[in-house]
Amino acid sequence: MTNSPREFIKGAGSLIAGLGVTIKAFFQPVVTSQYPRQLLKISPRFRGHTKLVADSDNPDKNGCIACGICVKNCPSSSIKNVEGEKRQGEKRKTATTYMLDFTTCSQCGICVEICPYNALAFSADFNSAGYKRKDFYFDLVREFEKRKKAS
Amino acid sequence: MNQLINIISREPIRTIVGLVGVLIFVVVNALLLTWAERKVAGRMQRRIGPKEVGPFGLIQPIADALKLLGKEILTPRQVEKPLYYLAPVIVFIPVLVSFVVIPFDASLQVRDINVGILVILAFSSLSVLSILFAGWGSNNKYALIGSIRSVAQNVAYEIPMLLSLLPVIMMTSSLSLKDIVEAQKNSWFVFWQPLAFLIYFIAGVAETNRTPFDLPEAESELVGGYHTEYSGMRFALFFLAEYTNIFIVSAIAATFFLGGYEGPFLPGIVWFLIKSYLLVFVIIWLRWTFPRVRFDQLLNFSWKVLIPLTLINLLVTGGLLKI
Repeated sequence: MTNSPREFIKGAGSLIAGLGVTIKAFFQPVVTSQYPRQLLKISPRFRGHTKLVADSDNPDKNGCIACGICVKNCPSSSIKNVEGEKRQGEKRKTATTYMLDFTTCSQCGICVEICPYNALAFSADFNSAGYKRKDFYFDLVREFEKRKKAS
Repeated sequence: MNQLINIISREPIRTIVGLVGVLIFVVVNALLLTWAERKVAGRMQRRIGPKEVGPFGLIQPIADALKLLGKEILTPRQVEKPLYYLAPVIVFIPVLVSFVVIPFDASLQVRDINVGILVILAFSSLSVLSILFAGWGSNNKYALIGSIRSVAQNVAYEIPMLLSLLPVIMMTSSLSLKDIVEAQKNSWFVFWQPLAFLIYFIAGVAETNRTPFDLPEAESELVGGYHTEYSGMRFALFFLAEYTNIFIVSAIAATFFLGGYEGPFLPGIVWFLIKSYLLVFVIIWLRWTFPRVRFDQLLNFSWKVLIPLTLINLLVTGGLLKI
């Protein structure tokens, strides 16, 4: 046990210091976030699945010209079936389908970097869940349209 | 109103009203304390604790109680049946008896027995028996080790607990809790007996098997201690008794040292509950601050520090009273 009264007093002091720590924490604000009710701010560098970005001249349509460079460069061949059509009065094609197989995508970002028209970006979608493999075959054009409608 | 009081103060009715009141208070207090414990623990770890069930999670303990009630009452095959069944009942009886003499207010006391504190101390040592029953009857090594620790600890800490209350009894020359409260009309005994108060509080925390003295149920080494083999409502009874014991220890401390129901402006019962729950908060606070002590430290602290200090305190008090 304690050897001297001095040690005893020192020990008692440390106990009181310990109580001080907890009572201070008691009155400090809570640091946890209530996840389903309250989301933390997602970092701008977060890598979710890729998404199509609107054209810089015309925000109504996506910026993808269906050139297929991303399809060729994808290391895991996750991007398939990129097709587009040339609409009247436009110089370039616009993508009509852009299939991303998210089950094999590793979010390496080569497609985002290589896109000549900066039509691709990472989304902040961090909690996608599904029952079937097919739930993760995203059509990015349709997803872009849906986002456009929502906003 | 007077007629009502007249009816209530008749003997058989008084007993029934007292018993029902005590039972309700015990259950409500235990539910509230489990909630408060989790809430305070949360805040001290900078979380918010229970919040989903009801406003501020207030209905959480009721949900827990319903869950426990709904569970199958499981009896392991190799238990010593009579002891195993008896233990949760015995653990609850002393708790109920102690409430009989605690004065919630000047007139709100089931019975003012002139040896009140003796009743409480005598019956609270019965809970050791039930813990020993539970540990031995469970036929489980963890339960047995837990109960043996508990008995050694309770025997060691009952002595300083009693000796720290003695100076107050000497000063009032009464064992009745009501007389002791009345004697503190002008100044609380905590100012006259600070050392006794401190020692009583430490011994009380040890008696209720709370951290930092929670060796009997040390979950990191003994699974659950003496109630390892208990589940469902039987476990709930142990739990209920534990939380009620916390309140009883705080209530006695409030009665003996903090003036009980005496206080300005507010009615007596409010003062009594404020003082008691403040001490309950301190006990919870201690639990979420200190780590568990080692067993030799625990016993040495009682026998080598607390008991000599209380004896000296008793001697000094006696000497000063004689002068």
